[in-house]
Amino acid sequence: MFKMLNPRRFYHAVGKRKFYEFLILAVFILFFYGPMLNMVILAFANKYEAPAIIPQEFGFKWWSYIFSQKSLVTSMIQSFVVAIVTTLVSMVFCIPAAYSIARFKYPGRKLFMLSFLLTNAFPKLGIFTSIAVLFYKYRLMGTYPGVVIIHMIHSMMFMVWLPSSAFRSVHRQQEEAARDVGAGPVRTFFKVTMPMAMPGIAVATLYTFLGSMEEAQGTMLVGMGRIQTMPVAMYGIILDSTAVQIGAVFAILLIIPSVIMIFIMRKYIGPEAIAGGFKMK
Amino acid sequence: MSETNEKKVILDLADLTKKYDNGDGVEHINLKVYEGEIVTLLGPSGCGKSTILRTIGGFLDITDGDILIAGESIAALPPEKRPTAMVFQSYNLWPHMTIYENLAFGLKLRKTPADQMKNMITNMLELVSMGGSEKKYPGQLSGGQQQRIAIARSLLLRPKLLLLDEPFSALDAKIRQQMREELKKIQQDLGITVVFVTHDQEEAMALSHRIVVMNKGKIDQIGTPAEIYDDPKTLHVASFIGEMNFLKKEGKTLAVRPEDITVCEGAGQGDIDATVRTIMLLGHYVVLTVQHNEDVIKCNVTRDLSERLAIGDTVSLKLGKHSLFDAA
Repeated sequence: MFKMLNPRRFYHAVGKRKFYEFLILAVFILFFYGPMLNMVILAFANKYEAPAIIPQEFGFKWWSYIFSQKSLVTSMIQSFVVAIVTTLVSMVFCIPAAYSIARFKYPGRKLFMLSFLLTNAFPKLGIFTSIAVLFYKYRLMGTYPGVVIIHMIHSMMFMVWLPSSAFRSVHRQQEEAARDVGAGPVRTFFKVTMPMAMPGIAVATLYTFLGSMEEAQGTMLVGMGRIQTMPVAMYGIILDSTAVQIGAVFAILLIIPSVIMIFIMRKYIGPEAIAGGFKMK
Repeated sequence: MSETNEKKVILDLADLTKKYDNGDGVEHINLKVYEGEIVTLLGPSGCGKSTILRTIGGFLDITDGDILIAGESIAALPPEKRPTAMVFQSYNLWPHMTIYENLAFGLKLRKTPADQMKNMITNMLELVSMGGSEKKYPGQLSGGQQQRIAIARSLLLRPKLLLLDEPFSALDAKIRQQMREELKKIQQDLGITVVFVTHDQEEAMALSHRIVVMNKGKIDQIGTPAEIYDDPKTLHVASFIGEMNFLKKEGKTLAVRPEDITVCEGAGQGDIDATVRTIMLLGHYVVLTVQHNEDVIKCNVTRDLSERLAIGDTVSLKLGKHSLFDAA
């Protein structure tokens, strides 16, 4: 059995091409999962000193430390509140915009679509700085609405482009059939168009939620330390503390909601759903 | 047409005009559809037949004229307020709903009691021979089955007028024929009024009480299938319906069907002489093409006669029932 793992045997058994593909895959996996594995190890290390690879002592010490810190627990709650509010508000604003792009032909429609790309095309810090000027004027600095707006800007492109392509894939005849049997335009939208576009909308919502969960730069700037979401709190901890384990524990805590969301929506998430969102028609 | 005159007018298109921004559309359409009748709008693609149907359904605004159903104007109503029901070419059903939910959607909007609704749906599914498919999703059905459900959904709402927009054109030939027969039967059983749109002249002939032949946004001729076939009023109608030979004769065009030509052996026995070009056996009859000056004429002959003819022979033709048109 172990004889077969000899690289030479392996090389000849699978052929040259497969062998190198395997090597590249192995390197990639190491590169991709290595840091994650390291993080998981660190999160459960009670004692760890730098040059060693395996921690000196394992345990749940830092988990209990984090949950005993009141500010860290509130930051988690705050993160969830901001993420949920951001998602809901984006849905209210972006889904109608997406529908209008998909269904109505008006001058400047493509420009309107491209405008959502702009927020992602420039360095975020530049946008945040100029937004800060406006936010000071309208007293949005250090407030929840301010942070929610920043998070919305972050994910607007996904929230408009993905549902828009999903709406476009709903055939007009299917909407017309609903009107024909007696449904008004609003009922048609909620009973026929929306459910049929749900995969695209679900993926976009997921992006928005997860994007909001991990956004730190803008939150730090606009929240002015008053709004402490998890990523913001994490910056503080990593900079202050000598124990890298806290960062690792926090990172795992941040991943949990993403993993749950991706698991719930797994049937909607696929390369086609995502690629479909970027068609410019 | 005289017998339908005493019947109640269900649909009345009064000088209907619909112009698109690019200048296409239909102009001055006048048409009355009587109760219990299947009227087919027939024409090549782009002739405006679907445009008319969509204006009746309420999916297109009209530019001028009026649409009346049972004497009342519906031109200003949105589709959901019109007493019409439409079956589309494809993408009829909502894929996220079961067949039952698809059928119940319109009934629920009309506040039909649950037990009554269940009965109506069961009976309707039986009528379109789709009994027991309530729990299936549209994606699990074939194209023909989906179209049956779509027809059922429209019929359940007891529309004053059923609109069918090339409903069978996405189906293959055999199923299309079967659906045609079933639709005709259902229509007879229920006595509903139907406006049917198709570009398939055979389908129009088989289904309709009356056919409206359209060309370039205008009505060419309205008549029973027999009238349209036997007595085409324009060159377009003559060429669009069935097979037709066109001969140039003294500056006019003579139109005659292959079955109305009698072929005799030898020259000088009929109206014109011609030379045999091809002989094709098509089962119980034979199609002969003959050359007369620059015209090629198709004639249907018996097998008996065809066996006595060879390519290059001279024959004479007697032209039976035919029409004369001015334009070339």
